[in-house]
Amino acid sequence: MAQILCSNVTVGYEDGAVAKNINFQLDAGDYLCILGNNGSGKTTLMRTILGLIKPLSGQISFDTAGAAGQIGYLPQQTPVQKDFPASAEEIVISGFLSKCGKASFYKRHHKEEALDNMRRLGIENLAHKSYKTLSGGQQQRVLLARALCAAKTMLLLDEPTAGLDSDSTAEMYNYIETLNKEGMTIIMISHDMDAALKYASHILDFGRDGISFMTKEEYMKGHRNE
Amino acid sequence: MNNLLIQLSEYLSYPFVRYAFAAGILVSLCSSLLGVILVLKRYSFIGDGLSHVAFGAMAVAAVLSVTDEMLVVMPVTVICAVFLLKRGQNAGVKGDAALAMISVGAMAIGYLLLNMFSSSANISGDVCSTLFGSTSILTLKSSDVAVCAVMSAVVIAVFVFLYNKIFAVTFDETFAKAIGVNTEFYNLLIALITAVIIVLAMNLVGALLTSALIVFPALSSMRVFNSFKKVMICSGVISVIAAFAGISLSILISAPVGATVVVINMVIFAGFSIFKRFA
Repeated sequence: MAQILCSNVTVGYEDGAVAKNINFQLDAGDYLCILGNNGSGKTTLMRTILGLIKPLSGQISFDTAGAAGQIGYLPQQTPVQKDFPASAEEIVISGFLSKCGKASFYKRHHKEEALDNMRRLGIENLAHKSYKTLSGGQQQRVLLARALCAAKTMLLLDEPTAGLDSDSTAEMYNYIETLNKEGMTIIMISHDMDAALKYASHILDFGRDGISFMTKEEYMKGHRNE
Repeated sequence: MNNLLIQLSEYLSYPFVRYAFAAGILVSLCSSLLGVILVLKRYSFIGDGLSHVAFGAMAVAAVLSVTDEMLVVMPVTVICAVFLLKRGQNAGVKGDAALAMISVGAMAIGYLLLNMFSSSANISGDVCSTLFGSTSILTLKSSDVAVCAVMSAVVIAVFVFLYNKIFAVTFDETFAKAIGVNTEFYNLLIALITAVIIVLAMNLVGALLTSALIVFPALSSMRVFNSFKKVMICSGVISVIAAFAGISLSILISAPVGATVVVINMVIFAGFSIFKRFA
């Protein structure tokens, strides 16, 4: 069975649909890149997959118990976070929050796993640094490490390289590729067509004539014919 | 210096002075913890706004001659706090504009009612003491102090036990919601605590200076510390020191209590800013 199956989904808010007829399915270890213009509903779809909003129609099903506790999410940064007085470690460990029950205290193994995840992304030396003093690329890796703490099988990334310089962008893509090769399913929103074609296994294209799902090879063939 | 200490310990032998110290320190401590969250959520002015609402509600209570003003003031302030803090990003009137509207509106209605219907002979005195705090902190009864102590204990317990959740909701509400934290509940909780603390703080320093109790300790500690936990702890420590020093000083030099506490907070903020520049 597919890890995530999206059939005839319409996403949107109370005041109307943003994107209609979304169909796709992914197996464990797939790398999906969502392409499309601003306002076409990419982030809305992501919020729907996360369960933050309900689909207006259609169904999203997972092979495990459900989205909560399984999916790691890397949202776009908010202005509030830019000068937030918190150490990188405090932010990373907050990814475990849903796993520590009502008491909301972290256990020792949470702390160790948080440090492990920081090590995987090469930021363990930043653990006690203040988030607001980090560079854009380092901040994104802190947030990615936090997503890893929450994720078991799947990572949802909303424009993970927005606002980064070209070196940090390449670095970020490399880390994501490594995670993918270790078996993590990736769903990423991106404006970066080159990266999509380089790393992704599947493409979900929010185009002018509807939303189409295909493998990368099919997508490349389609564009060569144009 | 020795003389002053002797004078102070003499004052402390009076129960009403001890009550003032206890209530003042507890309320400052709670405001400072809450302040860290409000400043980071970009709601620094909510203290000001809600204290004006409480002033308006107090005026209504006075005109209706309600014996226990709190029965009117507390519910009205809670409703306004929930309304302001829970509104979505896409609301018709933006957060700061809504705050300005409610605060100025409540202030106008309060003053209007007091002027037209109040039976008191000294309206400007009443208004002045509500706005700038009165000597009421020196006339507290033991029951008032008990209310302060219970409220403070609840607030501090909430902060200790839900610390990690409060951090997550403040830093990144979307992420917290995505991993299954009930963010609406925590926002509601923060709104409730805000309203309660503001009404309590108003009795201490008055409506106009309530904001100061909320923002100054938080801003001072953010100057120097970089982790959320340290900012929280430092903010609490600053507020206790400032409240103790402020109340002592105001008794010794017969200055208004609220304004003195705020001036001490300002001095600490200036000190921390200078320290940061040269450290």
